[in-house]
Amino acid sequence: MDKIAFKFPKSLKSTLFHYCPGCHHSIVHRLLCEVIDELEIQEKSVGIASIGCACFLYFYIDVDILEAPHGRACAAATGIKRAKPELIVFTYQGDGDFAAIGFNESFHSALRGEKITAIMINNTLYGMTGGQVSPTTVPYQKTTTTPEGKNPAYYGYPPKIAEIFSNLEGVAFSGRFAVNTPKRVLETKRALKKAFLAQIYNLGFGYIEILSSCPVNWKLDPIKANKKIDELINFYTLGVFKDKVENFLKKEKN
Amino acid sequence: MRIELIISGFGGQGILFAGNLIALSAMKEGHQVTYLPVYGPEMRGGTCNCTIIISQNEIASPLVYHPSFLIIMNYPSFLKFMPNLKKGGSSIINSDLVKPEEIKNLQILQKKYKLYFVPVNSLAETINAPMLANLCALGAFYQITKIFNLKNFKEALKETLGSERSHLFEPNLKAFNLGAKYINQNFK
Amino acid sequence: MKAKKILVKGVEAIALGALEANCKCYFGYPITPQNEIPEMMARELPKRGGVFLQAESELSAINMVLGACAVGVRAMTSSSSPGISLMCESFSYIAALELPAVVVNVMRGGPGLGGIEASQGDYFQAVKSPGHGDFHFMVLAPYNAQEAYELTAKAFELAEKYRNPVMILSDAILGQMKEPIILKNLKIKEYPKNDWALTGAKNRPSRIIRSLFLDSQELKKRNLKLKNKYKKMEKEILFEVSVENNEKAILVAFGSMARIVKEVYFILKNKGYPVGFFRPITLFPFPVKPIQKILHNAKNPLKFLVIELNCGQMVEDVKLAVNGKAEVISLFYPPSVIPFPEELERKIKKWIK
Repeated sequence: MDKIAFKFPKSLKSTLFHYCPGCHHSIVHRLLCEVIDELEIQEKSVGIASIGCACFLYFYIDVDILEAPHGRACAAATGIKRAKPELIVFTYQGDGDFAAIGFNESFHSALRGEKITAIMINNTLYGMTGGQVSPTTVPYQKTTTTPEGKNPAYYGYPPKIAEIFSNLEGVAFSGRFAVNTPKRVLETKRALKKAFLAQIYNLGFGYIEILSSCPVNWKLDPIKANKKIDELINFYTLGVFKDKVENFLKKEKN
Repeated sequence: MRIELIISGFGGQGILFAGNLIALSAMKEGHQVTYLPVYGPEMRGGTCNCTIIISQNEIASPLVYHPSFLIIMNYPSFLKFMPNLKKGGSSIINSDLVKPEEIKNLQILQKKYKLYFVPVNSLAETINAPMLANLCALGAFYQITKIFNLKNFKEALKETLGSERSHLFEPNLKAFNLGAKYINQNFK
Repeated sequence: MKAKKILVKGVEAIALGALEANCKCYFGYPITPQNEIPEMMARELPKRGGVFLQAESELSAINMVLGACAVGVRAMTSSSSPGISLMCESFSYIAALELPAVVVNVMRGGPGLGGIEASQGDYFQAVKSPGHGDFHFMVLAPYNAQEAYELTAKAFELAEKYRNPVMILSDAILGQMKEPIILKNLKIKEYPKNDWALTGAKNRPSRIIRSLFLDSQELKKRNLKLKNKYKKMEKEILFEVSVENNEKAILVAFGSMARIVKEVYFILKNKGYPVGFFRPITLFPFPVKPIQKILHNAKNPLKFLVIELNCGQMVEDVKLAVNGKAEVISLFYPPSVIPFPEELERKIKKWIK
């Protein structure tokens, strides 16, 4: 019999995605479901949808899902995980949600080393509200609220969360990834799995940041938007910045 | 039976400790009680007072403007609360800090109220426990009112000190007895 | 077991009530005058297999409560006025998500940072709407330590019964004064949560707990559901009344102010003044029918004197209940210092001559 190389993930609902053409949310959704399936955690997962384009996470991912107020996903996840440690808890947030309005909640959850997995989709602006400036908007990038470009002298520089979090004791996995090429998709999936393993093995906070295109608000067609990620990478370095999971797995083997 | 008591002095004189102890002893005696501390940002050195109401009936207001009993531990408290004492009320006054000879209208006050001048600081000094002037005053209060019995007081003291401060039980009781004895010997 | 009598602060009574109800999670942030609650929970919850966590802000704390409640675990938070304001965003979500959270507000003076003295300035916030949208908390206002203990425990049951957040509205005076309470088995009922809680989609379809409804018909349905729930809650109204139908004035007050007012009521009654006393215990739902009953049975034209430690808030609800059938007067004391009974007596007498 032929080996099945590619199938529809069990934990992905068959609902059609509402995302704009060229948006990377759908790719990440699928990767998330593949990881949930491979780790066999569908029956004990609770996801937190937050405010932004991906607040409809629950229409696509077939696990229990709670919708948290804007920015508060990591606090709600903390409450869930502390109340029921046997659950696998993940948040799925945009850059505005995670790094602007919710930075305090995100940072303190990481500081406490909450055994949760946080996924931050970084498209460098507020997508759902029409493309306003976000903390992660790169210098001189034009947005609807920085029509002349984001001047660092006025707005400062973007936080590099994956690097910042890698310095926190409580964080077990931290890295930044992209899904604009097949190779990067596979790397992202491997990393996503590790961000969950960090939780499953009780090692600490698992953080994964994914650069995502936003063709509509970037005012580019999907192909150009996909290519634009290569430019962003010059500012937002891809890679794993902290990985306690790898060491743990090695020790387990020995 | 109803006593409305205000204890007042400096922060650090153990005002709230004494008030709490009286409330607890009276509760153990089977009375209704309320204990209301006046609290503020200052922990030490500021003014401090608390109101304790002991009654056989339901206590509605925990606040009282005209108390029936005062324990005055310093001069500012004397100035503040003495004018509010209910007619015919009683007051224990720390005579180490509020000297009778310095009170201008002493005779008028003595006609209106029952005043018990007790040198609580000096009494506490005699057992090398200057911190326990509050317990001397409490002993005096007990001897005057007998609103609770000794057994209930001892239980309350033990409970309030807890296991961590249980070594302070004997000194506290000693100071209490000194205050009670002073009343017994000097007032009828 | 023989009931145990202990002398505790009002805030400690609240914490004991929560423990009696088998509350499993406490999340909070320090603020005067309610710190004894988190301090007691920090000591007691770990011993009972529960969770205590001090959050980085009130905002975070209430969202931790939101998370714990969503997975079906009894959870609470407590704070005081400025901290409660910070939580209001999430109160709206918790009400929309129909989560059985218990929230304690030990009110202090405001607005702004205000002070740490007693206040009833948050009545509107608690009763009318502690956040955006169109929703209500059930609001319980104890007036002594025993009630604080029992109502807090009961709050967990009511929250689950209606799947609606419940607020205990106390204040600095009630919180900081000590009174005896009798600890007893309050037989707090636990409602099943297995038909809605997010416990992992094992042997059942996955669940969603959400408040976003972009379809206007769906949103309308949702809001009507909440409205019906608030209507049903009316059967939970609690109040205290001392009326003999021959009064000329009814003194109305809640919480700490009701203590002072009750004292004055006793005094005036003894002096032969024709006064009655009415104390709402549930502030939402407000005891409308009991007030209408007083009006209905009154043999004399009545005056309602509403005495509050704010510039006149509950008086509006009394007016709504009275519906123009009697004079309603606000005797207000701005959040600052609670009046002595002697002072209040003078003020009330002016109105009942």
